[in-house]
Amino acid sequence: MTPGTPELALALDGSIAALFVVFGLGVVVTRQMLGTLYLFMLHAAALTASAIVLAIGLGSPHLVWVAVITFTTKVVAVPLVLRWAAGAEIYERREVDQVLTIPMSVLIAAVLALIAWVAADPLVQAVPGHPFAAINLPTGIMSILFGAFTVAVRREGVAQLMGLLIMESGAFFASISIVSHLSVIAEIAAAVDVPIAALVIGLLIRSIHRVTGITRVGLLAELRERH
Amino acid sequence: MSPLVTHLLINLVQVFFLLIFAPLLEGVIKRLEEIIQGKRGPSIFQPYFDILKLFGKNEVVSEETTWVFRFAPLINFVMPIFVALLIPALTAYPLFFAFMGDMVAVGFLMAIGGFFAALAAMDTGNVYGPVGASRTRMVGFLAEPVFMMVFFSVSYVANSTIPYIVNATWAASWANMLQPAHLLVVIAFLLLILADEGRIPVDSAAGKVEIAMIGHSKGLEYSGTGAALMKWAGTMKLMVLAIVFLNVLITPWGLATTTQWGDIFLAIPRVLGKMLFFAVGLAVIETSLAKLRLFRISEFLATAFVICLFAMSIRLVGIA
Repeated sequence: MTPGTPELALALDGSIAALFVVFGLGVVVTRQMLGTLYLFMLHAAALTASAIVLAIGLGSPHLVWVAVITFTTKVVAVPLVLRWAAGAEIYERREVDQVLTIPMSVLIAAVLALIAWVAADPLVQAVPGHPFAAINLPTGIMSILFGAFTVAVRREGVAQLMGLLIMESGAFFASISIVSHLSVIAEIAAAVDVPIAALVIGLLIRSIHRVTGITRVGLLAELRERH
Repeated sequence: MSPLVTHLLINLVQVFFLLIFAPLLEGVIKRLEEIIQGKRGPSIFQPYFDILKLFGKNEVVSEETTWVFRFAPLINFVMPIFVALLIPALTAYPLFFAFMGDMVAVGFLMAIGGFFAALAAMDTGNVYGPVGASRTRMVGFLAEPVFMMVFFSVSYVANSTIPYIVNATWAASWANMLQPAHLLVVIAFLLLILADEGRIPVDSAAGKVEIAMIGHSKGLEYSGTGAALMKWAGTMKLMVLAIVFLNVLITPWGLATTTQWGDIFLAIPRVLGKMLFFAVGLAVIETSLAKLRLFRISEFLATAFVICLFAMSIRLVGIA
């Protein structure tokens, strides 16, 4: 820990990181579609909170922008876009198909968490002078792994999108602890991708749904022509 | 008064605190749930009336039962009282019996009550009793590893499992309170309370259909005094878990720090105030989450288990 970093900010960031992990785990294990969406929103809210804490702890106004942008894109825009593009899929279907059973997913998530901690250790050593990196780097990597795992085991377009988005959140969570002075333009550019990705996937889901009646993409062998 | 006598008297006050206010907590939670569901609900004092009424009724005991059936309500009733001697219900400093047992002992004392209740349910020969008993045991054995992991994680963070020391560790500074491991343990313990009290899984605590019950069908054969003791014991068990959750894990403040009687009696409204928040939270969670199917409970508890595992591994890798 570098001297001058407020202990309280570090502790607060640790707590937020714990919530970030729990919400990420929630996205991996929840069966309900709507529950997954809510947990994703909480996950992004935790990222926002961490950015604010880091902004205060490191005295970096850029991170406030990260917080604002994250909140508007992930907590506000993505659910709105999804509701518009794939509303029926989210609000009417209840359960998401999984390749693996939930206890198995939970177990794998635990292993992924351990891998993230081990993998982050050399990275943290490599970037000395960033007091928050010890917390944010492993947590972010864990979220990336959770996201990749979700994309792999869920057979549902919307749930896979959630996986992609928590990967993205994880990358942000890790990077804000190291790079705190990126210009706002770059932040906006990176963040605008998110609702656009949601929009594209949402529209895709809608068209798949219109053609086949389902969005369980895992079951689809081919896309039919519309008559 | 010698300090020993004072401590014993304070212990007595803690026990009476538990005995008197436990039905109130249950009443408040029931009322809040009904309000959330858009109904008016019974008075918050309804559990007191129920218990009083049951004490006045005759007791009918099946001829098929053995001593276990008569014995179980007493065990169930006494165990939470035992536990009240071990945990910081009103005082932040350890009382006379505090070092007699730790949080693991608390878990096992509660388990004895559950064990006898399950035996008594099978003792009667009623079909629904064993169903409830076996379901409770199923949830119980799935919850057991989580219980152990919670205590391991707590001892990792606080270097002790004596509830008073854990309380003092977290009350010491904000940095301690905000440790990620602490937060994860709190979440896991909350999931555990929900499962152990039959509040989330398949059970609707207000339901009257035996086949959908987890724990409630165990007590169907009891009447009169036995039923009153079982009901009172049930409310006390919830209250003890709430005390451990609030005073030891999440809000270790507001307890009496001196042996002055004024201080100790002032702690009562403060602890009750915390309980009110707990009751609101529990009622909201219970009414807003969908019930799970019976075989989904393992998923619920597996999640709690992994959260505990996170808490432990955070300490092991030495991140915070």
